Amino acid sequence: MENTIIKCENFNAWFGDNHVVKSVTMDIPKNNLTAVMGPSGCGKTTFLRCINRMHELAPDARTEGSLKLYQDEVYDIHPILLRQKIGMVFQHPNPFPNMSIYDNVVAGYKLNGIKLSKAERDDIVEDSLRKAALWMEVRDTLRKKGTFLSGGQQQRLCIARAIAMKPEVLLLDEPTSALDPVSTSSIEELLIDLKKNYTIIIVTHNMQQAARISDRTAFFYMGELAEYDHTKQMFISPKDKRTQNYITGRFS
Amino acid sequence: MQISTQKIIQQPEKRYKEKEFSAKIPFTIKRERYFRKSLVLAAIGVIILVMAFGCTLVVYSIPSFKALGIHFLYGKTWDPVNNVFGAYPFLLGTLITSFLALIISIPFSISIALFLGEYYPEGWFSNLLKNAIELIAAIPSVIYGFWGLFVLVPIVRHLEMKFGVLPYGVGILTASLILSVMIIPYAASMGREIVKMTPLRLKEAAYSLGSTRYEVIRHVVIPYAKSGLLAGILLSLGRALGETMAVTMVIGNSSLIPKNIFAPGNTMASVIANEFTEAAGSVYLSALIELGLVLFLVTAIINIAGKSIIKRFSKI
Ligand SMILES: Nc1ncnc2c1ncn2[C@@H]1O[C@H](COP(=O)(O)OP(=O)(O)O)[C@@H](O)[C@H]1O
Ligand SMILES: [Mg+2]
Repeated sequence: MENTIIKCENFNAWFGDNHVVKSVTMDIPKNNLTAVMGPSGCGKTTFLRCINRMHELAPDARTEGSLKLYQDEVYDIHPILLRQKIGMVFQHPNPFPNMSIYDNVVAGYKLNGIKLSKAERDDIVEDSLRKAALWMEVRDTLRKKGTFLSGGQQQRLCIARAIAMKPEVLLLDEPTSALDPVSTSSIEELLIDLKKNYTIIIVTHNMQQAARISDRTAFFYMGELAEYDHTKQMFISPKDKRTQNYITGRFS
Repeated sequence: MQISTQKIIQQPEKRYKEKEFSAKIPFTIKRERYFRKSLVLAAIGVIILVMAFGCTLVVYSIPSFKALGIHFLYGKTWDPVNNVFGAYPFLLGTLITSFLALIISIPFSISIALFLGEYYPEGWFSNLLKNAIELIAAIPSVIYGFWGLFVLVPIVRHLEMKFGVLPYGVGILTASLILSVMIIPYAASMGREIVKMTPLRLKEAAYSLGSTRYEVIRHVVIPYAKSGLLAGILLSLGRALGETMAVTMVIGNSSLIPKNIFAPGNTMASVIANEFTEAAGSVYLSALIELGLVLFLVTAIINIAGKSIIKRFSKI
């Protein structure tokens, strides 16, 4: 596939003896939105966390196989640098409670001790909040604590915080599962908009969501990549029996 | 499967219908009543005890307060032979030793709290450290006194000779050093508990932005745990203010205002311990008790402040 940004080959991950991601091989194209689906406990989160090496924060976590960002093995890049290139948004919004909205957006720079001028910071904050479709709502309250925002706004703040670091890839782990339908659809619109500039990989439990927003869908089952195809293709005529069963609701 | 669930559901109803159960009810109710009464009694007993404690101190302080008034607090001379009682040197001695001990111990207790709470919470080494810290709190203070006399005093004396001050060995600095070791466990274990409570999702947010562990501790864990760390420090201050035995053994027991940190001095607690048995006059005895009252109030205030910080913290 041309334009591949992430390339997995026989990639495996373990928690101790628990083999959670089993021999996954897939190419993820640049500036696309890829959905990762599957029943709970099938290793979606773990797979996602391997891409930015968050997996290794767990005690006795282990990986094997090849996972490349462009030409480089992810596991040869220093995790600190890698995580600045691959941003992450979590299931539950987690803005820093001791920081204002403004400081939350530039938190990545502050945490890494990168000095910016006031003008640069102002630019980054406005730009990131605009991209996260939050600017109009918070432009007058930038100095307020981020935790005063609604759940949906907090999640968009977390997206702004991630894209403020100008990452190549954005990983999202069920970013809307804790949100109401209105916030969910605003985040979905936002993601469709963002994929022009970023490669987005989103774990979702919600088939409609995957159908609405993703270009490609990867279906995981018990740690294996059961099927990976263009989303339309997969929903219309799934090739794998397990995918068929899942899509027709035989298990969830 | 279904049958057994039904059984469970039916059981409560059955209970009330059975005769042998209803026969037992008066006894269980009685037992409940006595049980509750004895708990209330014990609770009231403790409250009365604390109030009686305070009352005793106040009542026995009255002769001293009548004779000396507020001058007692800032009088600079303590001369029992001439019935002059100024507590200022001891107030000063208590505050200086406690705060000096606090300043010396803070870097250690905070590092231990961060190490055990965040950096390295499991494994044989942290278990060893945890047990060592607990042991520090369990050692009787008279043993610290001995250790101070045999180990610290010679070292401090050596230091004093180098600085060219009178080489007593005993004094404010020696007492502060001993105290600083004794109070480490209080701030360290309190701090550890609260550092441990830092939500994983916040730490993960920081890691996902490319933070190192140092940056996570500096920008996420410490801001989150700071009021808990402060509360731990206040509790250890309360401990330092009241510590008696070890301090008495190494502070030099001088009633003069200490001129520098090498000079001998006295704390309120050590004066009481030293002079109580030989207090002849009634004003003398009363003055010592008033000293106890002041100490009681100061430590109570520090403790209440620490607890209220913890309470406010745990509400968040
Ligand atoms: N921190 C962890 N430590 C140990 N095992 C874990 C941890 N997180 C997840 N697992 C295990 O890994 C498997 C996959 O979990 P996960 O990747 O979270 O699945 P999903 O996101 O698809 O629901 C599960 O069996 C789970 O028990
Ligand atoms: Mg998950």
